[in-house]
Amino acid sequence: MNQRSIQSQACGASEEPRGFSLIRAIKCVAVIGLALLVPFFTHGAASAEKKDSCVECHSQMADAAPAIAAPVEQMKGDVHSSHGFSCVDCHGGDAGADDMTEAMSRAKGFVGKPEPKAVPAFCGKCHSNAEQMKKFAPALRIDQEREYRTSVHGKLLEQGDRNVATCISCHGSHGVRAVNDPLSAVYPLNVAETCSKCHANADYMKSYNIEHDQYEKYKSSVHAKALYEKQDLSAPTCNDCHGNHGAAPPGIASVSNVCGQCHARQSTLFAQSPHKAAFDAVGFGECIECHSNHDIAQPSDEMIGVGEKSVCILCHDAREDNKGYVAARQMRARMDELAASIKSASDILTKAERAGMEVSRPKFELNEARDALTHARVLIHSFSTDEVEKVIKPGLDIAAKGESAGLAALDEWSYRRKGLAASLFFILFLAALVYLKVRQIENKQRGSNG
Amino acid sequence: MKADTITAWFDERLAISSAAKVARKKEVPIHRHTIWYYFGGMTLFLFTVQVVTGILLLLYYRPSAENAFESVQFIMTEVQFGWLIRSVHSWSANLLIATLFVHMFSVFFMRAYRKPREVTWVTGVLLMFIALGFGFSGYLLPWNKLSFFATKVGTEIAGVIPVIGKPVLKFLRGGEDVTGATLTRFFGFHVAVLPAITTVLIAIHLLLVQLHGMSVPPKYEGKDLRRMKFFPNFFMRDLVGWILAVGVLAALAALFPWELGEKADAFAPAPAGIRPEWYFLFMFETLKLIPPKILGFDGEVIGILAFAAGGLVWLLVPFIDRANGEQKRRKIFILFGLVVVLYIVVMTLVGYLK
Repeated sequence: MNQRSIQSQACGASEEPRGFSLIRAIKCVAVIGLALLVPFFTHGAASAEKKDSCVECHSQMADAAPAIAAPVEQMKGDVHSSHGFSCVDCHGGDAGADDMTEAMSRAKGFVGKPEPKAVPAFCGKCHSNAEQMKKFAPALRIDQEREYRTSVHGKLLEQGDRNVATCISCHGSHGVRAVNDPLSAVYPLNVAETCSKCHANADYMKSYNIEHDQYEKYKSSVHAKALYEKQDLSAPTCNDCHGNHGAAPPGIASVSNVCGQCHARQSTLFAQSPHKAAFDAVGFGECIECHSNHDIAQPSDEMIGVGEKSVCILCHDAREDNKGYVAARQMRARMDELAASIKSASDILTKAERAGMEVSRPKFELNEARDALTHARVLIHSFSTDEVEKVIKPGLDIAAKGESAGLAALDEWSYRRKGLAASLFFILFLAALVYLKVRQIENKQRGSNG
Repeated sequence: MKADTITAWFDERLAISSAAKVARKKEVPIHRHTIWYYFGGMTLFLFTVQVVTGILLLLYYRPSAENAFESVQFIMTEVQFGWLIRSVHSWSANLLIATLFVHMFSVFFMRAYRKPREVTWVTGVLLMFIALGFGFSGYLLPWNKLSFFATKVGTEIAGVIPVIGKPVLKFLRGGEDVTGATLTRFFGFHVAVLPAITTVLIAIHLLLVQLHGMSVPPKYEGKDLRRMKFFPNFFMRDLVGWILAVGVLAALAALFPWELGEKADAFAPAPAGIRPEWYFLFMFETLKLIPPKILGFDGEVIGILAFAAGGLVWLLVPFIDRANGEQKRRKIFILFGLVVVLYIVVMTLVGYLK
């Protein structure tokens, strides 16, 4: 008899005539209450009976075989453990059996420690299963395993390389933490260090014939500064450019797409510029050709133009008939002009402000000129002097307006001082006159009294 | 001939000649402390400056959270001599408080509140409280960051008072927080409520001064002192001081125009170094130094109640000081005044030097 039928019978929902009866009502409430309590007590009993022989045995081996006992402790901070998973959910077997052979019986699905090659599928049992994942982390993607198999790591693993990274190399095996947990090895602040465990190891990388200085270079980059110094978690680390599970170096053709994830405007401008075809033709890696890849420095205006630190002159010869050379020089000159105008206006406004003049409005408006300069720095990725000029010109006008406001304020300040001097002269003169008049009156009074 | 007819016409209706007769009779005693007599007149003159410049500011000022800052900015930058009027208003307000304090303490130390001038003292102290109210309400009107947060802190202190604190806080702020409603309210206090009360109190204060004449310090009482005519001698000396005050105000306004700061933003973090105007600083510093708990009671509450009690004692000084001829009691009172002055000066300096 199910709960609903118990309730319906107790409450007289059968053919009995309807109508109020106190006894029937009490009976009804009591039975419903009992029916609701049944699952509670049965669940409690089941929980009390739950047994985990894996934990029992492995924790007893702390002295004899610490490595075998370690997972018991590690699992205490594990994200799976926090969701109620235990050893058998991944490793199979029977946690209810006291006998070790029975508990670790292949017949009961025991898989033990998976071989490296089996790890992606081992984790993928749940992580590639949408039905399973949406019960615990509905927002989590389920294509990690598939992506992994497209990665350099995945492909090498498939070829039988046992040394390449699998899921557990980055996430850990026991003690796996959620990605947004600052203690996780794949938390944004820890990703580069996690990758560097292999990629900064010269001996390890030697066999793959790849560089091992990426981590060192990355640490000096503008991205690392944003990430570590400003604690800006949106700043890119290894996985943001290389992909996390499908880790691979981006091909030459897709570099701009990688950088364009964040620097969208620059990427679009570059794709529409004449440089795109030229770079493709010679096999240049778009953005990285000027900005480098791992040790990307804070860009400066010196990168453009024809100066010593210019990247333009790496390709464009110093000839007046070289259009790129002339354009680079012109763009730089206009940007310098705007920067100098902003500085000049800012200095004058600051001077006026220090003199006590109210210049907060022109100071605020000068920000528009700064915005124009920033915009120009983006627009140089079009490599078109006309495009850059479209923002430089209004920027210069705003800076000129700020400068004239500052000069007007300083003129006004000077006028006030002169006005003050003249006023003070008259004020003191008037005060002296009144004082002399008092003295005169008093002398007269003394004379008349005397 | 014609001028005489006009004068006679007015005199018949307004009794000008009788008033002039009274004025001509008015005399000011001359002694070592005569200089202090000038500070009352100076305070009144600065108040007049406040009224005139305040009315001029009213022509452009817009009392709302959306427009207040911009309107003051407009006054400072676009209105012809707007900067001068606003700076003079702000500087004059501060000088007024300073001269008011000098006037009040000189009256205290010369014991000029003695019978029959008790009510003159009471109206004077009430005027001092009103002046502080003018300062507090006027400080918020430009609606800049510093004044916004200072008002927040200031009204919070009022809210700590037991029983009446919360309603007072709500009344002052026009709600739970400092908002545009507070600004409009403070504007109302600043340009309507406080001026109305001030006008009445000044009228009584001045009338009583005319009625009782100038007080002389006790040690000169009964002595045959030299006297000078109020009109024109004392008045013209007063005039010299006022003209010089105009010069000082012009110099301060031109050399140190009153800052405007940044527009208030309720969501911005409180700026560092929020502190009230200098004349509130001694109380502010005291409240900061008081331990959180004194004998199980809230330290801040005790501090505020102590200041309230101090204000009441100060108001009732003429009724407490009954030293008449007793030299010892007189000395105790002078010592009390010195301690108050010293305390105010030291705590203000502590606030500034921190």
